[in-house]
Amino acid sequence: MGGLLRLLFYGVIVRGVVLVVLGLNVRHRERLPTRGPAILAANHNSHLDAMALISLLPLRLLPRVRPVAAADYFLRNRWLAWFALKVVGIVPLNRQRQHEREDLLAPVAAALERGDILIFFPEGSRGEPEQLAEFKSGLARIAERRPDVPVIPIYTYGLGRALPRGEWLLVPFFVDIFVGQALPFEGDRAAYMQRYRDAMAALAREEQRADWD
Amino acid sequence: MNHLQLWVPASVLWVLGSVVGVLVLATAIVAWMRRGDGAGRHTELAARVKSWWVLVAIFALAISFRRGIAIAFFALLSFLALKEYLSLIPTRRADRRVLFWAYLCVPLQYLWIWQQWYNMFLIFIPVWAFLFIAMRMVLRGETRDFLRAAGTIHWGLMTMVFGLSHLAWLLLLPGNAPVAAHGAALLLFVVLLTELNDVLQYVWGRTLGRHPIIPSVSPNKTAEGLLGGALSTTLVSVALAPLLTPLTRSDAIAAGLMIGFGGFIGDVTISALKRDIGVKDSGAIIPGHGGILDRIDSLLFTAPLFFHFLMYFYF
Repeated sequence: MGGLLRLLFYGVIVRGVVLVVLGLNVRHRERLPTRGPAILAANHNSHLDAMALISLLPLRLLPRVRPVAAADYFLRNRWLAWFALKVVGIVPLNRQRQHEREDLLAPVAAALERGDILIFFPEGSRGEPEQLAEFKSGLARIAERRPDVPVIPIYTYGLGRALPRGEWLLVPFFVDIFVGQALPFEGDRAAYMQRYRDAMAALAREEQRADWD
Repeated sequence: MNHLQLWVPASVLWVLGSVVGVLVLATAIVAWMRRGDGAGRHTELAARVKSWWVLVAIFALAISFRRGIAIAFFALLSFLALKEYLSLIPTRRADRRVLFWAYLCVPLQYLWIWQQWYNMFLIFIPVWAFLFIAMRMVLRGETRDFLRAAGTIHWGLMTMVFGLSHLAWLLLLPGNAPVAAHGAALLLFVVLLTELNDVLQYVWGRTLGRHPIIPSVSPNKTAEGLLGGALSTTLVSVALAPLLTPLTRSDAIAAGLMIGFGGFIGDVTISALKRDIGVKDSGAIIPGHGGILDRIDSLLFTAPLFFHFLMYFYF
């Protein structure tokens, strides 16, 4: 039942909105993983981010694909929790420790253990539209724990214009999605996050964007 | 099978058939150019020819069955073109809802066409949308970059919605006018000549081009390409006019020149826009061509030009 709802949600509604109302301009699609476990690490500007990224992968992988999302936000009431867990299929993550020895990343590690492809937003929250917030080191902690799992940086542009934080009206825009090369874990966490930042900045530079000064 | 009847006349099918013939020829020539060691070369040209097959197939399917389907097709094209344009230009956060209204103009403009409401078709974007969008923007109260934002939104509506929608109104002709013509044939005439003109200007420019004509906008455009393209387009216009249109010989020459030169101006106008923004292609939706705007740039000028030329002299 949950699987069927999910297939309808992602296969029909999400793909319809993402491909017809928005429209994707994907570069380096061949760098996307063809099987799990893997982590797609993207910038976060909109609720549509995870939807667009999941639409990049074939439906055959859908049972394996899960966005990692904040438990305090998505599990805040019963209905939203049902929708987030059963239909969207999130891996809920606590952003604050409930007790001192809680392993915040345990649900993520367990999902990777099952062979899932995780959508991960290192910024932690959506932030201001089309602005990069500081990346948190959670990504490096996971990469350190599972150096065998490919971490793929993905830069998206346009979703924050289409549906920014605090808006409900979706306005159509073409969305750029630039897929980077897998980043293996080397050195320490700080160095890893620096390489991730550099990779994202390089992807962002692949297209010039006009702005009024 | 009644519901699958074609509404287009035989002349349209013959011309579409000839286009397929030209595509077969072009595909063969490209395959010949890439024979042996040349396999890795001309990949963009090969992609472009391949995309032409898809574009011709979509266009033929869209116009062949029913007028309503054809009108809906151009509404979708306007939506995609407007979306590409608005995604390309800088927009203000404050105008998100304004842009939503701009999108809403697309179904309305094509609804007037479907209803055959000619006056509304003519004034909706230039008058009603113009005033309404300005009002909606000013009520938001953000004055920074106001004129830039208002100007760019209106420019997009005028070209991508109003300009393109002239193609759809061609489908309604001849209406009550006592002229022997078929809307789909008129539409095919202007679209085919415009796209052919693009190709011919490119081919003439590549083979004989010496003198850059507007290097600051488009360094590859030459006087030889423009003249060769416009004149050969005019020849094709004279040949096709008796088949597809009520145009007399001299009017067919005028229409051919108008499409030849108008198409060039449309092309370089979109080039100037892209150069201003700093992008090479407007998108990546059509392999080998770029975005939708890269393909329909010439039509943005030739469609209204040809339409009003026809309306003034024939309908």
